[in-house]
This record gives sequence, structure tokens and C-alpha cells, in this order.
Amino acid sequence: MSVDTATVKKVASLARIAISDADAERLAPELNNILGWIEQLGEVDTSSVEPMTAVIPNKLRLREDVVTEGNQRDAVLQNAPQGEHGFFTVPKVVE
Amino acid sequence: MSEITDLGVAALRDGVRAGTFSAREVADAFIVKVSKAKALNAFIVETPEHALAAATAADEALAKGEALKPLAGVPIGMKDLFATKGVQTTAASHMLEGFKPVYESTVSQKLWDAGAGMLGKLNLDQFAMGSSNETSYFGNVISPWRRGGGDNAPLAPGGSSGGSSAAIAARLVPGATGTDTGGSIRQPAAFTGISGIKPTYGRCSRWGVVAFASSLDQAGPMARDVKDCAILLENMAGFDAKDSTSLNLPVPKWEELLSGDLKGKKIGIPKEYRLDGTPEEILALWDQGIAWVKDAGAEVVEVSLPHTKYALPTYYIIAPAEASSNLARYDGVRYGLRELADGQNLQDMYAATRAAGFGPEVQRRILIGTYVLSAGFYDAYFTQASKVRTLIAQDFENAFTVCDLLLTPTAPSAAFALGEKSADPLAMYLNDVFTVPASLAGLPAMSVPAGLDSAGLPLGLQIIGKPLDEQGVLGAGLAIEQRAGFTARPEQWW
Repeated sequence: MSVDTATVKKVASLARIAISDADAERLAPELNNILGWIEQLGEVDTSSVEPMTAVIPNKLRLREDVVTEGNQRDAVLQNAPQGEHGFFTVPKVVE
Repeated sequence: MSEITDLGVAALRDGVRAGTFSAREVADAFIVKVSKAKALNAFIVETPEHALAAATAADEALAKGEALKPLAGVPIGMKDLFATKGVQTTAASHMLEGFKPVYESTVSQKLWDAGAGMLGKLNLDQFAMGSSNETSYFGNVISPWRRGGGDNAPLAPGGSSGGSSAAIAARLVPGATGTDTGGSIRQPAAFTGISGIKPTYGRCSRWGVVAFASSLDQAGPMARDVKDCAILLENMAGFDAKDSTSLNLPVPKWEELLSGDLKGKKIGIPKEYRLDGTPEEILALWDQGIAWVKDAGAEVVEVSLPHTKYALPTYYIIAPAEASSNLARYDGVRYGLRELADGQNLQDMYAATRAAGFGPEVQRRILIGTYVLSAGFYDAYFTQASKVRTLIAQDFENAFTVCDLLLTPTAPSAAFALGEKSADPLAMYLNDVFTVPASLAGLPAMSVPAGLDSAGLPLGLQIIGKPLDEQGVLGAGLAIEQRAGFTARPEQWW
């Protein structure tokens, strides 16, 4: 499997990272080099192996479905690049 | 009398307690050291006021005859991956430049609750992605070490905890926090002649630690000796309901129970770690380490970890996959950088923000992660890597049926020069060959300084233990420390 510049651009678009044509040209061989090396994993027989889900056996805990840390609007908004009237604001998405 | 800044965590704690010096004297001495070491670029932010406040609290408690907290009088460095309330927390990225958390990470809070003070936030590889501290938005950290013979080429302090390792080796701090995803505590410790331990996955809370790869990330201490690591770890570890993978177990008395006596212990030597191309000096040091643990009473056995060669490619699927998912949160909406040109829409804003806020290595890993998780490739890459990860963990389980601990080199080379490997991502990744397997298996592992190479640079040995056996790891580390007699330190040029 070889990654071309069109694939790089598609992946970058999925990852929401703006890249130029020059970036894509540079990244394609870099990613191919890394992915080519990673592909050696294909030679391991894993037909009877379960994928790892927890590295140290541990059960996910449940907690009561109650508010624990509410009423922190101002703290939540404090580092927002832009906020108005107690909300995060973004460019208009509907006309 | 030696300088206060030559003392480690235990000596400072005990000295303040005994009244040999005041906590204020300690803090002042380290603050001066930090302020004069700009050339190392180990700190992103200096916080002398935090260290002084903790020192004042310690001195006042002592004057009133109150019981002192476990780390009273000990100032430390905090890797800038831990959220610190009101103090800029960047993960060494432009994305988080200026970000001041409104909360404190669990690990840092525990350290402050124990009486420690903060000298500053330590530089690192951007989002902890790197092995040389060359990916920080705030510039490279320069190792205090130099090769002998008048070679002044700036050397890598290792990564990602390179600010931590450089600051400890240069005696700017007696100890510091690190985080380790694939070797980010152990490799920088080895490169700078200090000690560092990554505990069992789940020992230290990940809450408030900027996430890289959540199934691998673990915090741990770095310091100049094994005992200091034990003391710091005791004050960092412990159950936290806010981290879903936190282990609900009591914190052992690692310091009190520390012993370098290895009688009755079996130490395994994994034959697959004897890689072609490993420098002779590293192999010789490994043999020396084997002799030391035998001298401490251990029996040495050869073991096999047959899937070792697949650990790095497995890691470079799993870690970028988790990173691509974790770093999706940086969207220019809730915190951090926002890039938005006139007339741009929301999607443009996401893409422009992430292009401007993430450095090249972070972008590379997000792209790899996005690719291996994308439709059509998920099973071939991510599922296969998760299965091989199971096999790697089973290798360790099998080895631990015939031994208690493993002894290996920490890194395949001494510190390299800045720029020497940064042009080739793959060459950089290979530096983690001995540290990544234990990370994939969630095992406790530590690096201790064991000797110098022919250029006069430190080399480390790694001890890997069974899950939850930090005590065994620290004990073997101490046995090596006692026999290596490592006293070398970088000559001050900064």
C-alpha cells in the first residue's frame, strides 16, 4: 500500500489540518517510509489472539448519575478564544 | 560544605527537618540556579513565587513545632504536560501557548499537598512526541553534558521529558515529574546520568495530564538517585476517581522498604535485546550490570521475548492512533489557539487552527493515526497492532514465570547531537527500542545511571518488573546504583 499526495490530502482533511500542495508532496514519502516499516506487523500470525483492551486488568467503575461539579460556566469559558453571553462562539454555520 | 543544590530530595527533606538549613535557603539556592541556566532552555515558565510560598509554609510549620509534610522544603520541577492552576500549561505547543488551566492535575496537587514547591514548568517535546526534545515550540533543550575532548556540539537531553532530565543533571532542581508513553522518562534519564521510574500503568492518575496516548501514558518521577525516585513516586501515586484507569490500590511504602539486597531474586536477560549494531560499550555495560546484580545476590537467567522486534511498529500504530483521537479536542473553540481569516467558515477555522497550532512531528503523528484508523485500514493496522500488543504482553508474562525482574540497556546509544537524527523520523523512533515493549505491557520500569561511554557521556541500565512490583524494580535499581558508584556530573558551561 503506497500513499500518494491525494491520499495525504484526504487524510489531512479527515484530521482537519490544512496542508499545502508542497506539504503533501513532502509528507507522502515520509508517511510511506513509516507505514512501510509498520507493515511488517502483517507477518505475525494473530488468528487466535484477542486484541488488547486493557493493559492492566481493571474494571471500569460506574458512579452515581448525579451532578458532581456543576455551575462552573465562567471557569469553563475562561480560556475560550471567543465567547459571548456565556457561550462559546464560532463562525456562522447556518444562514 | 557542598552546595545546597548538590543535595537530592532525601537530603533536602532531612536537612530542613533537622534545621541544618531553612526551606527558604533551599528555595533561594535553586531559584538562583534556575535563573542563571537560561542557556539550557530547560524551563518554559519559572515560578519562584510558588517555590518560595511552599518554603515559607515549611519554615513556619517547623517554627511552630508542627509535623512537617513528606516533601516539606523540597522544590521540584514540573513537566509542562501537567495542568497547573493559573500557571501557563502548554505541552510545549503553540496550540496551548498562553493557556492557564482553571484546575490542577491530580499528580501535581498531590505533590503540593505533600509540601513540595514548584520552581517552574519544564520544557519537553511537543505533546510529549519526540525522543530528543527537538519538537518543542519553545526551542530545544540543551543537555548540560558535552562530549569530552573539546567537542562542544550541543547534545540532546533525551525526550520527551528533556527539560526534566537536563534540569536535574544540571542541579537546577533536585527532582522533577516526567511522563512516559514509550520511554519518555527512562531514555532522557539515561542520556543525562540520572534515575527515573515509570510505574505500572494506572499507579499515577492521568487526570490533568495533557493526553498523548491514553493506554500508554504514565507519570513518574525523575531524580538523581533511586531513593529520591521512591520518595517522589510515593507522593505522586494513588487512586483517583477522576481517571477511569486509575488503580484502586494502596500506595506502598517504597522508600521505607527499599533494599538493594537481591538474594532470592531471579533476573532475566532477554536475548532478543542483544540487537545487531548495538555499540560494544553498551553491551559491555549490560554485562557489567549482570555482574552487579549477581554480586547483590541475584540469580541471572536468560529469557526470551520473541515478539520484541514487533514492539516499535506496534507502538507507532497505537500511539499515533490514540493521539489522533485525543488531539481532536484542539479545535480553536474551547481553549487554545484560534486561526480564523475573514470570510472563513467553521471547517476552515478548524483546519487553519490545527495547521498553525501543531508542529511538524505532531502533525505527522496525527496523520499516521488518522490513516491507520480510517475506513478500510482499521483492521489491518489498528486491530492487528492491538493483537500483537497482546502477544508482547504475553511474552513478558511468560518470562516472569521464570524470573522476577528483567535487566536491559535503556537506550541503544548515548546522547546524540541535536540535529543528528531529526531529519529522519524513523531513525528517531528506533531510539526507543528497549523502552517501548514495557510501555506496551504497562509494566513498571526504571533507568539508573551505570557508567560513561568513551566520550564521557552517561549510559543507563533499565530494570523492568512485574505489574505492581515497583518495589522490586527500585531494589534492583538501588543494587546497581550502589555498585556503579556513578558520581560523574556535567561540567558547568551554562
